[in-house]
Amino acid sequence: MQRILLFLYKIRAFLLFVLLEVIAIWMITSHNSQQGAAFFNSSNQLIGSMLGAQNDVVEYFSLSSVNKSLVDKNAELLAELEKLRQPADSVFIELDSLLSSTFQFKGAKVINNSLRLTQNHLTINKGSNHGIKQGMGVFNEEGVVGRVKNVSKNYASIISLLHTELLISSKIKSNDVFGSTKWDGNNPKMAKLMYVPRHVVVEKGDKIVTSGYNAVFPEGIPIGTVVEIKPGPETNYLDITIELATDFSKISYVYLVENFQQQELDSLYQSTGLKYE
Amino acid sequence: MSSSRILTLVTGGIFYFLFQVLILKNLVLFGIAFCFLYIFFILLLPVQVKTIPTLLISFILGLGVDLFYDTMGIHTAALVAVGFIRYRWLQVLVPTGGYDDDLMPSILNMGFGWFLSYSLPLILIHHSIFFYIESLGTDLFMSSVQKIIGSAIFVFIMSIIVQLLLYRRRRGI
Repeated sequence: MQRILLFLYKIRAFLLFVLLEVIAIWMITSHNSQQGAAFFNSSNQLIGSMLGAQNDVVEYFSLSSVNKSLVDKNAELLAELEKLRQPADSVFIELDSLLSSTFQFKGAKVINNSLRLTQNHLTINKGSNHGIKQGMGVFNEEGVVGRVKNVSKNYASIISLLHTELLISSKIKSNDVFGSTKWDGNNPKMAKLMYVPRHVVVEKGDKIVTSGYNAVFPEGIPIGTVVEIKPGPETNYLDITIELATDFSKISYVYLVENFQQQELDSLYQSTGLKYE
Repeated sequence: MSSSRILTLVTGGIFYFLFQVLILKNLVLFGIAFCFLYIFFILLLPVQVKTIPTLLISFILGLGVDLFYDTMGIHTAALVAVGFIRYRWLQVLVPTGGYDDDLMPSILNMGFGWFLSYSLPLILIHHSIFFYIESLGTDLFMSSVQKIIGSAIFVFIMSIIVQLLLYRRRRGI
């Protein structure tokens, strides 16, 4: 017995090493599940406030480009508003507001961002106090950004579209064929559109937008444009490369979208045994 | 170790940590060369710091960096491995006459050749573990190798600059 104890004492450094590595690996695996422990990430209060303070300094460098993109978006929205404004002499039938407002939008500031790893995350400066919830869709004026992963009181962390395990339900705008957008981990400007069958005619320059099928994003938010089409390694599907609409190196403000009917849809899918990604 | 010495080390650690997570985090050259300068806090601990304290320090430092990078556990796993090997590696590389007490194994104290053979393998081990775990589940072997080599060269050059600018001969920071 004494010998065993003596032996264990002799290799204590190695035992400690194994213990710490096991803890680290446990953290890696539990974090990579879609809903990790909320404490261990950058949406934590203390870390969020430090990142926020850093961002307060750095944001001045990107102010001019942020202003420009906001002005562009404003102009686009004004044009759209002009289209919707009713002419003076037509009959106007008001839709039931229950039907029209399925989605609610919120704005937030990005305080932390990465794009060079294979699993990238962002942190924003709003949390459960501002009505941010897990699973909300995130986009900016250019296109889709990601989905909310963890929420603390004042901060939230977001799985970026540049994350090899995030699938976004999408469709080709011109012919409504749908597939899933997934990042392959190489170039932060490019992604793949998967599960498009071979018989579909896809052209270079086709726009890819969100499909609205998974109820996270409303239909029609831009994702990217097709730049390359190849017959895929699997026989049934095309290998389509798209150029992302969002410039991830310049994200400073994002919008979050919540679907009021998400729960209802989810329970419907579950009871029928369907699963949408 | 005197308490003032410990105080300098702790301050140095905090400095490395903040520099890493607030500034170097956003610095990636050519899309492949990351700068994980915080490893050098572990590498430049005084030579008589044994394996167990090194392991604990690397665990805490790695965890802190992980929180900011949102890469839970990956930095920790890689840095703890470096902390485990460091003391043994120092014993392998012991110069004739042994180490002085309280010596910091920096480039100023030990010379370029010794420092290269001391730090480069440890950097490569750290980077290999980090980028291997980080790219698990994808088929990005080649781009991981590029990142490992690019980052290792970058961080080594960066550490030489930092040591020449901020370290004094014989005693730290």
